[in-house]
Amino acid sequence: MQSLIQLEKITKTYKIGTIEVHALRGVDLSIQPNEYISIMGPSGSGKSTLMNIIGCLDSPTSGSYFLEDELVSTMDDDKLAEVRNRKIGFVFQTFNLLPRASALHNVELPLIYSGIHANKRKVIAEEALEKVNLSDRKNHRPNELSGGQKQRVAIARALVNNPSLILADEPTGNLDSTTGKEIMSVFDDLHKAGNTIILVTHEKEVAQHANRIVHILDGNVAEDIQVKKP
Amino acid sequence: MNYNEGLKLAWQTVKSNKMRTFLTTLGIVIGVMSVIGMMSIINALEQHMINALSGVGGDIFWVQKYPAVQMGHLSKEIRMRKDLKFNHVEAIRDRAIKIKAVSAEIAIWGKQIKYQDNATNPNTLLYGGDEYWADVNGRYISEGRFFTKEEIYRKEYVALLGDDITEKLFPFTYPVGEYIKIDGIRFKVIGLIEAQGELLGNSRDNMVVIPFETFTKSYGEMRSINIAVKTLPNQMSQGMDEVTGILRIARKVPSGTPNDFELITQDSIMDTLKNLTGFVFIAAVVICGISLLVGGIGIMNIMLVSVTERTREIGIRKAVGAKKRHILNQFLTEAIGICLFGGLIGVILGITIGVLIAAALKLPPTIPMWSVFLGLGFSLMIGLIFGVYPAMKAARLDPIEALRWE
Repeated sequence: MQSLIQLEKITKTYKIGTIEVHALRGVDLSIQPNEYISIMGPSGSGKSTLMNIIGCLDSPTSGSYFLEDELVSTMDDDKLAEVRNRKIGFVFQTFNLLPRASALHNVELPLIYSGIHANKRKVIAEEALEKVNLSDRKNHRPNELSGGQKQRVAIARALVNNPSLILADEPTGNLDSTTGKEIMSVFDDLHKAGNTIILVTHEKEVAQHANRIVHILDGNVAEDIQVKKP
Repeated sequence: MNYNEGLKLAWQTVKSNKMRTFLTTLGIVIGVMSVIGMMSIINALEQHMINALSGVGGDIFWVQKYPAVQMGHLSKEIRMRKDLKFNHVEAIRDRAIKIKAVSAEIAIWGKQIKYQDNATNPNTLLYGGDEYWADVNGRYISEGRFFTKEEIYRKEYVALLGDDITEKLFPFTYPVGEYIKIDGIRFKVIGLIEAQGELLGNSRDNMVVIPFETFTKSYGEMRSINIAVKTLPNQMSQGMDEVTGILRIARKVPSGTPNDFELITQDSIMDTLKNLTGFVFIAAVVICGISLLVGGIGIMNIMLVSVTERTREIGIRKAVGAKKRHILNQFLTEAIGICLFGGLIGVILGITIGVLIAAALKLPPTIPMWSVFLGLGFSLMIGLIFGVYPAMKAARLDPIEALRWE
């Protein structure tokens, strides 16, 4: 296997009325397994669009995207859903937990859609919650959890299907700095455990946790640097 | 995601929006309730009519001036018909050979019967009958005796009491031999008619029978009489043909024109009744259909609201791998679940109503099973039909847009 992610001349054009907006103008990027990479860029740079495409939430207008040697850029919606289910774990800025479901049920959610039996699902989800030290909160609803706990539930959910890639979009954006650090150390640990992590952020401090920082500007990769860890 | 999972999810939504779900399902509840309620009433009525009519006995038909049930205005031909008179009865008696007995009957409704200081309500049926009245009408004398031919022709003031009258006027006294007053005229009670019970809540025992001739003497001859005819066993159609022929000659009906009288049989009464219940049935179906349609629109509305409210949830589900059909199934199951829930409540209420009304009409409750299945089937269909559009809308949402939804 070559790269985990191989982006070739990815473009994305939106039409707003009659005006064409070029969000991405031919991005080439490859990411290796077990990389810890930050994608940075100001708002409007196209980094969200790039994240959506990498996360298989969106398809590029042109160019090819290989995820684990599978061409995903031409897949239809249902195929993409399957890829998201099997290979990608999302962590969002706003947590995006189901408000009426328990922590455990939230973590179980991806497993429901991969057709895993209820009993087995519970066991796997409990394991994932254990990894983020939230076993004692499994029956709590999101509104009974702190921001950091919510984000850890979200991380457990992202991990539960053993994805090839964890995609975190401003994971500390809604957290205070102490809790933010706590969450970042969870990501650090996950990276050490062999996971591939992509952080999308505009905070330098957060980006510094990664080993590689990619700057996006005006729909292009402006800078791609390896970080020397002390 | 299997079926069970979807139902669980639907139940959670129902639980968390109790009031809204209740109001939404009201249309379905009322629709299903009225289907089952009405069907059980119609069923009970029909059953009861069949029972009641079979009590009269077979081989009997009636001749009267007007049709038993007439929808709309009477036509001129019907309004201009000549009265049926006693000489018609005599014509039948003289000439018919397939006939066992003919009874001339005449009646006024709304008489008050008095005995000493007691009086009935002014709603008693006063019959003028001849010596064949009891036999032809399938009634029996429980006490005393029926009037004789002589009493009829001598126009004597004798009376037979229905059970209601006996109970009302003679709670403590033996009535036979006592004198009652009708419109100020004294009648001697010579017999009591055995109780027959109610038909559709109307008592068939709230009556007094006096001799035919006495009746016409007191109330005049200027009215049409009814003729009850009992044929020989299993000679019904022959008997009817015979009577028709005799009456056409007696009434001088030119050949080629229709009868100027009506022959009414138990079958024709049943047919009329079936027609009537048929109309009620169609009306019920239409009303219930409308109610269910309104209910369905309510479901669609609430499901659309639900989809909008839960856009973010849909986004989350899609992000973690829900396919279109998963979302479609989720919302469809929810819509069907809500409808079935409403249908179930409707079934319970409908059965309750059926039982209550049957009890009020003193009928045995009969809940037609098919109406229960129809009600539930309809709710299922409504859920499916009106749930599809909102569910498709949910399934088609773009995950990125949905996740961004505030």
